[in-house]
Amino acid sequence: MNAFLAVFKRELKSYFETPVAYVFLVIFLFFAGYLPFRQGFFAMRQADLTLFFMNLPLLFVFMVPCTAMRLWAEERKSGSIELLLTLPVTIPQAVLGKFFAAWCFLAIALLLTITMPLTVSYLGNPDPGLIVTGYVGAFLMAGGFLAIGGFFSSLTKNQVISFILSVAALAVLVYIGLPTTLNYLSGVAPKGFLDALEKMSIMSHFVSMQKGIITFQDIAYFLLLIVGWIAASIIVLNERKAS
Amino acid sequence: MIEVKNLKRSFGPIVAVDDISFKVEKGEVLGFLGPNGAGKSTAMRMLACFLGPDSGTATISGHDIIKEPVAVRQCIGYLAENAPAYGEMTVASFLNFICDARNIKGDERKKALDRIVKMCSIESVYHQTIETLSKGYCRRVGLAQALIHDPPVLILDEPTDGLDPNQKHEVRQLINKMAKDKCTIISTHILEEVEAVCSRVIIIAHGKILADSTPGQLKEKHKGTLEEVFRKITTKKSA
Repeated sequence: MNAFLAVFKRELKSYFETPVAYVFLVIFLFFAGYLPFRQGFFAMRQADLTLFFMNLPLLFVFMVPCTAMRLWAEERKSGSIELLLTLPVTIPQAVLGKFFAAWCFLAIALLLTITMPLTVSYLGNPDPGLIVTGYVGAFLMAGGFLAIGGFFSSLTKNQVISFILSVAALAVLVYIGLPTTLNYLSGVAPKGFLDALEKMSIMSHFVSMQKGIITFQDIAYFLLLIVGWIAASIIVLNERKAS
Repeated sequence: MIEVKNLKRSFGPIVAVDDISFKVEKGEVLGFLGPNGAGKSTAMRMLACFLGPDSGTATISGHDIIKEPVAVRQCIGYLAENAPAYGEMTVASFLNFICDARNIKGDERKKALDRIVKMCSIESVYHQTIETLSKGYCRRVGLAQALIHDPPVLILDEPTDGLDPNQKHEVRQLINKMAKDKCTIISTHILEEVEAVCSRVIIIAHGKILADSTPGQLKEKHKGTLEEVFRKITTKKSA
């Protein structure tokens, strides 16, 4: 078994061997279900899951750093980073192994929300294509957020610092695309700059996936996000392993 | 099998390892002796390819530590100073993970596990989680992890630290038994360990090598016990 698979397998197993993962899943699923209902999920009398999906970005801003913060910070703190990086594993293999294990875990969390589309399908006739693209968008967004969270985790020994920095970074990424922010900035910045900001934000790409359109632009955005931040983590880890 | 050439490493203004060079052949057990902060762990981390040197290089079994780190790590067994491991795993799943990472599969894995569990006497804790183990058992699991793939080179950082006298004796016997087929470097503070186990001694202080010889020759040259020799050499240079 090559080193990447060894790290991937170990990480995924370790998620389910501690209570942290189960607590996370319960809280995530609770809020993922509660927030749409609070905003009138069934009361709208429309068989679609838009309200459910639109709550995911904000939920992910808080929940993904919870998963990501222990990725590297805990290894540094407990010293097990010295064990991991003296095995015949390259740093890219280790980073990718951990990233994919965490992404897999988030995919499982998303999969567990399947009760929502199932219920709506029973009660009405939603467009299945929209549901699929919605989940694809959510999965890619989780990946992007995870790459950013993983980067901040690789910077520090302290999980709390990593959590706070990740939440701040992700909040910026989400909020710069929201209409209220763009409106506020339209007074001071030129239109070209605002357009660029909007395209840089996760919201525009996520929302277009909600509408059932999967464009190359959106997929490229998410892939670049993931690849870029993972590369940054690799650089950071190469530079500073022990401290 | 290990050849170190002018290794140097600083952490900011502090020079941890200052231009050290030495060679170790198969069948030798080299003891790194020195006061705290001498640079022993830093040197070992560089040989295990955990830290990169600022300048200089080393080859282990013909592989360069800068150009072929993965190949180097494949042929060494490294035990770090605090015997790190993943606390939430059981000893069994931890050793299985190490086998995964070192590509030991199937029958070979079963044989390696049987062999190593007996060698390091960890049968009684095999199914316990590592965070519940005592310090001595933690270190034995660390040793098991370093030996499981039967590497030709061993780099052990304070292997008997924190063990009780019986366990110390067992570990030293283990090292002695394996000494002739392997090339071993251990670092230690314990002078009786140097006499019991090492065929050669390097005394390091402030990152520099102060003496490179056998325990017997050192005692003869300075006419005293190893402790007196150690004190004489390390305090003379730092004065």
